[in-house]
Amino acid sequence: MKEENNNKAVIELDNVKRYFHVGSEVVKALRGVSFKIYEGEFVTIQGTSGSGKSTLLNQLGCLDTPTSGEYYLDGVPVRKMSKSQRAHLRNKKIGFIFQNYNLLANTTAVENVELPLMYNNKFNSRQRREAAIKALEAVGLGDRLYHKSNQMSGGQMQRVAIARALVNNPAVLLADEATGNLDTRTSFEVLVLFQELYKQGHTIIFVTHNPEIAEYSSRNIYLRDGQIREDTINTNIKSAAEALAALPKPVDD
Amino acid sequence: MNILNLFKVSLRAVASNKLRSFLSMLGIIIGVGAVITMMSIGQGSKASIREELAKQGTNLLTIRPGADMRGGVRRDPAQMQTLKPADYEAIMNEKKYVTYVSPEVTASGQVIYGNSNTTSSMYGESTDYLKIKQWDVQDGDNFTEEDVRKSAKVCIIGKTIVDELFNGADPIGKNIRFKSIPMKVIGVLKSKGYNSWGMDQDNVIIAPYTCVMKRISAQTYYGSIVCSAITEEMSDHAIEELTDILRRSHKIKEGGIDDFTIRSQAEMMETMSTTMDTVTMILGIAAGFSLLIAGIGIMNIMLVSVTERTKEIGLRMAVGATGLVISIQFLIESIFISLTGGIFGVLLGVGASSLLPKMGMPSIVPAWSIFLSFGVCVVIGILFGYIPARKAANMDPIDAIRHE
Ligand SMILES: Nc1ncnc2c1ncn2[C@@H]1O[C@H](COP(=O)(O)OP(=O)(O)O)[C@@H](O)[C@H]1O
Ligand SMILES: [Mg+2]
Repeated sequence: MKEENNNKAVIELDNVKRYFHVGSEVVKALRGVSFKIYEGEFVTIQGTSGSGKSTLLNQLGCLDTPTSGEYYLDGVPVRKMSKSQRAHLRNKKIGFIFQNYNLLANTTAVENVELPLMYNNKFNSRQRREAAIKALEAVGLGDRLYHKSNQMSGGQMQRVAIARALVNNPAVLLADEATGNLDTRTSFEVLVLFQELYKQGHTIIFVTHNPEIAEYSSRNIYLRDGQIREDTINTNIKSAAEALAALPKPVDD
Repeated sequence: MNILNLFKVSLRAVASNKLRSFLSMLGIIIGVGAVITMMSIGQGSKASIREELAKQGTNLLTIRPGADMRGGVRRDPAQMQTLKPADYEAIMNEKKYVTYVSPEVTASGQVIYGNSNTTSSMYGESTDYLKIKQWDVQDGDNFTEEDVRKSAKVCIIGKTIVDELFNGADPIGKNIRFKSIPMKVIGVLKSKGYNSWGMDQDNVIIAPYTCVMKRISAQTYYGSIVCSAITEEMSDHAIEELTDILRRSHKIKEGGIDDFTIRSQAEMMETMSTTMDTVTMILGIAAGFSLLIAGIGIMNIMLVSVTERTKEIGLRMAVGATGLVISIQFLIESIFISLTGGIFGVLLGVGASSLLPKMGMPSIVPAWSIFLSFGVCVVIGILFGYIPARKAANMDPIDAIRHE
């Protein structure tokens, strides 16, 4: 279903398989997946539970290596890389956003956001702080820099996590059920943020089991049993901001 | 990742769990404190014993009967009777490097005066004895050559005897009974107090050796002969000279083994020092075991900490920390804990050591024991931090981040 895209491919999967050996059985989590994701796309990956979404995202995030096939991130083949090479790659090219935020407890927003830069020699502490503040401002938390993670709401925590994913200016943002723990309203607020990032040109891959979210992305990949069943370009992207405005007002606002 | 950042990350982790960090430090604090205190007791005792020995005169030489016992061979009783009056005479006639000589015969038993009695040691000596030991008579006089020649029943006594028997009365000219032999007190010794072994040096009676030999222990040989070399530096010459005199006097042939042993005070001090160093080491090792246990404690807590922070480790790995960086982070943490514990331990040890003398125990904190403690702490930190650090480094980021 691919249409021509003039942008460069940030991600290219070539017949990627991932088998797990559990006892004597082989679990085929990915049975040969191939696609390209171009710079500036907002891709949702959908599928039922157990369809291989997380496994796929782990490949894309260089957290795992394919059993066979090749994965090019920003043109660089990843499969043969050592563990520490992959760690460096994650540090430079990837921004993760998790379902349960994964913020450091008892740590301020700005320190949480600085975390990836702690592992980057090119940043000194002043540059690190500046970049973290910029990222927090970008997600609308410029006034919450020194709030600790446990003093924030779920939506705020997820924004901090998004700022942390943005801080190293990655090639691609990878989100696994990023709205899974949030109520409808907050989900839409986060979705608005993702759409803004998309408009600014960020490449986003957003794994979700919620079909509704696909309406807000530019492309949707549907997985079943470790294989791609559908890959559609969304020509009629809905505005999350409008959807948010249409929601009934919360009682205590 | 630069090392400064690693330190920041590690120290933040320590700081965010202050109570736990402190508890794991506690073992190290106590361990290092114990090691330093033990070392300081050992070294302090050594110094005070040396001082004691030096006070007795560093030019002191002691001739004992029997061959050199440092090998630890069992002694033939006949060997204990080799020092005879003829030897004393020979020494007195030929000595050049020796100033004073005193044959020594000792006996211990009950001393009685009036209704009072006590137990004491009697030293039979020559008139030179007090000069050899640099000891003075406070009241009365030393006995004379005349007294020695006549085996006179006179004695000089220490302050303890005066206190025990005379109850404030003047002892000079009074007769005390030692093993039922009446002895006239002609002098009282200046008090020396207790030595570092805890022995009361004032509980003595000194009498002419001839008197003790003839009237009290009925023996014809000496227990030992004490001499003083003309100077400390001449001690070796004096020993050579005395050996030569005694070998001739005992008719020991070329190549034959001496049936006497001469020790200089310097040598005694050396022997003592070596012994005390051994004692120090044993005390140190015993205390060192508590450090080992403290190290295991740190490992234990670090392992718990690694497990507890699995998710955090997964996150750090996801955002780019390599296994190496993670392991260094935990190593820094364990080294920091053990080294900080070490610093407080040193303070504790130095504090305890400075209180000990107030309780009558000698103590000196050797500088090397402080450096040693720090070194040991770093080694403990690395050694016992290694397993937890490796456990953290080997985690799979996917599993770790999913960990609940
Ligand atoms: N580490 C693993 N070991 C064994 N089986 C695994 C492992 N990870 C995933 N699987 C299996 O692979 C399949 C896909 O899992 P996953 O990618 O988590 O699916 P999804 O995220 O879509 O729910 C499932 O059957 C799952 O049990
Ligand atoms: Mg999943």
